[in-house]
Amino acid sequence: MKLTVASSPHIRGNFRTNRIMLDVVIALLPALCVGVWMLGIRALLVTLVSIATAVAAEWLYSILTKTRNTIVDGSAIVTGLLLSMTLPVTVPYWQVAVGSVFAIIIVKALCGGLGQNIFNPALAARAFLMLIWPLGLTKYPALEVDAVSSATPLHHMAMTSLPEEDLLDMFLGNCPGSIGEISALALLLGGVYLVFRKVISPRIPLAYLGSVAVLTLIFSKTGAPILWMAYSLLSGGLMLGAIFMATDYATSPATAMGQIVYGIGCGVLTVLLRYFGLYPEGVTYAILLMNALVWVIDRYTAPRRFGAKKGVEKA
Amino acid sequence: MKHLFFGGIHPKYNKEMSTGVTDFHSITPKQVVIPLQQHIGAPCQSLVQVGDRVLRGQKIGDGQGLCVPVHASVSGTVVAIEPRPHTSGRDVMAIVIDNDGKDEAIPHNPETRPLEELDADTILHTIREAGLVGMGGAAFPGNVKALSAMGNVDTLIANACECEPYITADDSLLRTEPEHVLEGMLILKQVLKPNRIVLAVEDNKVQAIEKIKKCLNLFPQIELAVLPTRYPQGAEKQLIQALTGREVPGGKLPVEVNCAVFNVSTFAAIYRAVRLGIPLTQRIVTISGEAIAVPQNFIVRIGTPFHDLIAAAGGLNDRTERVISGGPMMGFAQSDLSVPVIKATNSILCLLKDKNGAAENPVCLRCGKCVGVCPMRLQPLYMYRFTNAQRLDELERLNLLDCIECGSCAFTCPGKLPLVEVFRKGKKLLREAKAK
Repeated sequence: MKLTVASSPHIRGNFRTNRIMLDVVIALLPALCVGVWMLGIRALLVTLVSIATAVAAEWLYSILTKTRNTIVDGSAIVTGLLLSMTLPVTVPYWQVAVGSVFAIIIVKALCGGLGQNIFNPALAARAFLMLIWPLGLTKYPALEVDAVSSATPLHHMAMTSLPEEDLLDMFLGNCPGSIGEISALALLLGGVYLVFRKVISPRIPLAYLGSVAVLTLIFSKTGAPILWMAYSLLSGGLMLGAIFMATDYATSPATAMGQIVYGIGCGVLTVLLRYFGLYPEGVTYAILLMNALVWVIDRYTAPRRFGAKKGVEKA
Repeated sequence: MKHLFFGGIHPKYNKEMSTGVTDFHSITPKQVVIPLQQHIGAPCQSLVQVGDRVLRGQKIGDGQGLCVPVHASVSGTVVAIEPRPHTSGRDVMAIVIDNDGKDEAIPHNPETRPLEELDADTILHTIREAGLVGMGGAAFPGNVKALSAMGNVDTLIANACECEPYITADDSLLRTEPEHVLEGMLILKQVLKPNRIVLAVEDNKVQAIEKIKKCLNLFPQIELAVLPTRYPQGAEKQLIQALTGREVPGGKLPVEVNCAVFNVSTFAAIYRAVRLGIPLTQRIVTISGEAIAVPQNFIVRIGTPFHDLIAAAGGLNDRTERVISGGPMMGFAQSDLSVPVIKATNSILCLLKDKNGAAENPVCLRCGKCVGVCPMRLQPLYMYRFTNAQRLDELERLNLLDCIECGSCAFTCPGKLPLVEVFRKGKKLLREAKAK
C-alpha cells in the first residue's frame, strides 16, 4: 500500500470554485427571468450570445497560449451572464460578442486569469462598449408596443425631477432598463440567496446601498427626499451593481473592514457620478474606480494583530 | 463573562466513530521502540546498553537542559540502540526493547503526604523524573513549562477541548478517569498558585461533561467551562482568548497574559506520577478514520509501533490513502508504519482519499474566506501570494510568524490552495533571513 505523505490539513470543506459560480448563476436567474418576461425573447438571446462568446473566448485563449483550459471553473459563464445583464435588449448581437471577448481576454486572461484581474470583467466590458458604441448602449425600448425607444427612469433623474414610473413597477421590473436590472426584487432575491449560501457577505451590498440611501436622502434633488432616495436605490444598475458586481471576489477587498470601506466608496462615487457626471448613470464607473483601490484598501484595513495593544485584560 | 475566539471552522467531527467501543483495549507489543527524543528540546542519552534487562518504568534515557527522561514501557531486553523512524518524519535515536511478557515493574514510589505539605520543587522534580511532557501535541517538557510560569499565573487551564475531528482520547480519559485529571489539576495548583483553575471542554462531549459534573462537588476549587464546539478551540492562544478574553501577543507564551495551559492527559499523568509513583509509560490513543476496520481508543504503551495498533483495530482498508499521527487538521502524514507511539501521540488516523482534496491547479479567487476564518486574524491570501513571490518584507508586515498552522484557511479555501504547506516554507524563509 502506497501511503501519501502530504501537508496538513488532511481534510477540506466542500466549498468549491465551480459550486460558487453555479450559485451566482442561480442567484441571477430570477432577474434574468423577469428580463426575458418583460423585454421578450431577445433578452434571452442576448444573454446566450454573451455567455457563448465568453466561454468560446476562454477556450480559444487556452488553446492559443497553450495554457490550462479553465472553462470548468465556470467563471466565463458568470462573466458572460453578468455582461448581458448590464446591456439593453436592443444591443446588436455582434457588439455583445465584442464585449464578451474583451471581458475574457483583455480584462481577465491578460491580467493573469481568474482571481488576478484588477477590474470587474463584465463592467469593464460594458464601459468599453459604451465608449465606442454609445448609441447602442443607451437606447432602451419602451414597454409599450408602439414606442421605439424611451428614456429609463434614470434619465429623468439626471434632470431634477422624479421619474414618471411608479415605484412599485420599478421594484417589480415593470419599467425600461437593461436586461438584468429592471427588477430590484429579483436582484434582492438573488442577493439573499448568495448570502444564505455564504457565497458573499452582505457587507459590501449593505455599505453600498446604505451610503447611496443616506447621501440621496441628505442631498435630495427634489422636495420629496424619501421618494427621491427610493427612486435612487431602485434605478439604474444600482441593485445589480451592489449585489453582483461590487461583490466580485477578485475585484473587491478581502478584509471585513475593507469591504465596508469599499462599499461606502462605491456608494459615494455612484452618487457623485450620477449628480455631476456626463452619463446619467454612475454605478459602472464607481465600481471600476473602486476596483483599482482594492489592494490599497486591503493593506490599510488589515485586522488588528492578535495580541497587539489589548494584551492583558484589565483586572 | 463569555468570550469567543476569532474565526474558526466547523468541520465534520466524526467523533462517534471511535466512541462506539466502550471498553479500552490494552495491547502488548512484542517489541517497543522508545525514541530518545519525544519532546521539544535536547535529546536524552541512553542509560542502558544493548543486552541489558530493563523493567517497566525504569528510566532508560535522560539528559541535561531542556530535557525530560524516557522510561521502558515493558520489561525485557534491550536489543538495539539505533536511529529509527519517528513520527516527525526524521530518524531519531531509539532504544528498542524485546518484550519478555512478564511485565515486571520497578517499585512504585507514590507520594502520600497531603498536598499542602508538598513544595513546588518536590512536585516539579517528581514530574520531571516521570518524563512528563505536554501530551496535547507540542510535547514541551512539563516541569519546565510549569517552572517558567511560576509566580506569574492567575489562571490555570486544563485543555479538554479536543477540537480536532475524529480524536476522542481526552474524551475517553474524562469519561473513565475524570478524578485523575481533577487531582492532577490540584497538584499543579500547588505549584502555580493560580486564583482560577478551569477545566475547558467543548459541548460535544456530553458524557464526559456529565461525569465531570458528578465529580466536581469534591473539587469545589475547579471551574468547568463548557465551550461551544468550534475548531481550533483547543489551540492554546484561542482557548485562553475564549476563557479570559486575553490575547497572547505574537511570539510570546501564555504566561505573558498570566495563563498556563496543559492538556487533560498531562494532568492525569501528573496525578499518576505524583500520587501513584508511576512514570509516563502509557497513554490513551484514538485509532480512527474511514480506513480502519474498528475505530476505538486504546491504552497504549509508549513505543508501540503503529502497525501493531492498526492490526489490533482490525487492519487497514485497501484504499487507505494516508495514515496520520495526530488529527486531520494538524497531524503529520506517515509513510512508515513501524513508527512508534510517543508521549504526544493522541491519535492514529487512517483516511481514504478526500474527495475535496488539494487541487491540481490551485487558483486563488480572492474570495477572502481565509481572512474570515483565521483565528489569528491574519490574511492568508496575501501570505500565500507573497511567500510564492519570496517577498520577505511583506511577509514580515503580514505577521506570517503568528500563523499557528491550524489549517482553517486551507480547509475553507474553495480554490484548494496548499496554504499551510506554503506558510511553512514562508516561515522557514523568514527565520533563515532573521538568523543571518
